[in-house]
Amino acid sequence: MIGGGVLAAVFNLNHPSHVVHWHFIQLSVSNIVVIGVMLAIFALAILLPFPGARRRAQGRR
Amino acid sequence: MGALPPEKLLPDSQPTYVASWIYVFGVATIASLMVIIGSGVILSLKGPAWWHFTGIGHFFNSIHLWSVELFFFFMVIHLWGKYWMAAWRGGRSRVWVTGAITFIVAVPAALTGYVSQQNFDAQWIATQAKDGLNSAGVGAFFNVTNFGQMYSYHVLLLPAAVIVLVIAHVLLVRKHGVVPPFELDERLASSPTAPDAAAPASGAQRASS
Repeated sequence: MIGGGVLAAVFNLNHPSHVVHWHFIQLSVSNIVVIGVMLAIFALAILLPFPGARRRAQGRR
Repeated sequence: MGALPPEKLLPDSQPTYVASWIYVFGVATIASLMVIIGSGVILSLKGPAWWHFTGIGHFFNSIHLWSVELFFFFMVIHLWGKYWMAAWRGGRSRVWVTGAITFIVAVPAALTGYVSQQNFDAQWIATQAKDGLNSAGVGAFFNVTNFGQMYSYHVLLLPAAVIVLVIAHVLLVRKHGVVPPFELDERLASSPTAPDAAAPASGAQRASS
């Protein structure tokens, strides 16, 4: 319960959600954050080298 | 059995190009699904009073919720990755189709979970979903405000469908192998005697190497 109390102090959820509204698109801020994190992880998964990938590729040659 | 001999079902090696972070999200999705199933079994054994009113019940309720969040999180990144690498190439259309159907079936599996929570949140989601489903003309077939019906959909029918589809999806991946990058495909097409051409892309075949 102590952890829950600390988290509750950091994230006050006792209010209606914040919503971004643009034409017919309506998204909560929390959903936009999740979509942003997914896009960031997708980009990092493509850009970051996988451990041992270069060694394996050299070993093949 | 001929295409998938039991001794080759689990890979002991993978093609070199699989050494990339973009290839881990399918496995991450399956790992999340295992946590979902494990925590879901415990929740179904104990019931709503346990998951609402005890500390350990709250814990397993949260494990179930957050593993579902991760399941969709990883599955959507897996979908993006496979879409942009056109993973249906090389006779892999059934791999793509089973993955797409799994995604479509997983959405009502999660929805029926949200409406089975037995709280005000579940009532709100059920009434919103009812209007949406009625407007689509499918409200005559099932009733999202009926807890008993939605709970049996959630703990039996839809999870069984997701599990069968995931098993079919994984077996098809084992049969056809992980889709190679475009450059490798082009190199194989232009130079069938290239060193990589000797090693087929199929993970099932590579597993014995």
